[in-house]
Amino acid sequence: MTINQFLILGALLFSLGVYGVLVRRNAVAVLLAIELMLAAVNINLVAFGSLLGDTLHTGHIFALFVITVAAAEVGIGLAIVILIFRNRSSVNVDELDLMKW
Amino acid sequence: MSFGEWIGQSENLVFLAVGIVMLVAGWWVVTTRNLVHAVLMLVVALAGSAALFLLLGAEFVAWTVVLVYIGAVVVLFLFGLMITRAPLRRDPVPLDHSRRWPALAVAAAVFATLAYATTTFFGWVEGGPVERNLTGDVGDLLFKRFVIPFEAVSFVLLAALIGGIVLARKDPKE
Repeated sequence: MTINQFLILGALLFSLGVYGVLVRRNAVAVLLAIELMLAAVNINLVAFGSLLGDTLHTGHIFALFVITVAAAEVGIGLAIVILIFRNRSSVNVDELDLMKW
Repeated sequence: MSFGEWIGQSENLVFLAVGIVMLVAGWWVVTTRNLVHAVLMLVVALAGSAALFLLLGAEFVAWTVVLVYIGAVVVLFLFGLMITRAPLRRDPVPLDHSRRWPALAVAAAVFATLAYATTTFFGWVEGGPVERNLTGDVGDLLFKRFVIPFEAVSFVLLAALIGGIVLARKDPKE
């Protein structure tokens, strides 16, 4: 297994996530696309940790940290989305212009 | 290394199959009009990433992905969809912006930049032999060398837990 095959798969998944973040209107769908990007980063990190001959396995450890932070991000993100839905009865990101000057 | 040699190795064949499934699932996540389908396809994509981690000898990370992502995060997403009355195809409101092509161009540029930068840096060489049964080593490292980041990240998780409760509960004064 070469490292590059994992890097290209990670780049493809990451750009799918970028596309989803840019094109979706629903805030929950945007969060879903962000999860896709985080999964792509995890693939890269684990590939580095396994294939570069790192005795500290830093890639694996950092993938675990990324998973933890992603879980925290989803919790807070969905709480904010629910709060916005309660106040404005819509979670479409293009209708949230409250802070637009 | 030619493509024939590359595909001749069984683990690369597994990688290709899992990778294609992941990409199709990921495309589905960002394009489907039914958000529940999007969440379920995210499960497929994350399960594919767990399979790749098993292929790379990172069992602990793989099972953490299964437990945390597929077990908890996806359920959280489904709850979020139910609570915010997400569009489920029957809705006339479009789920996507009309400006699809600029987004596609940006995504293609991101892919080109990332793929060019990373592949030219590492080159097409065979990676080192994959070690198996790393769970003990990872546990040792996590509680010795990386114990301070570990504690910091657990504090982040605690703060997120409290923040989520505080944000989402109803104000008792109202």
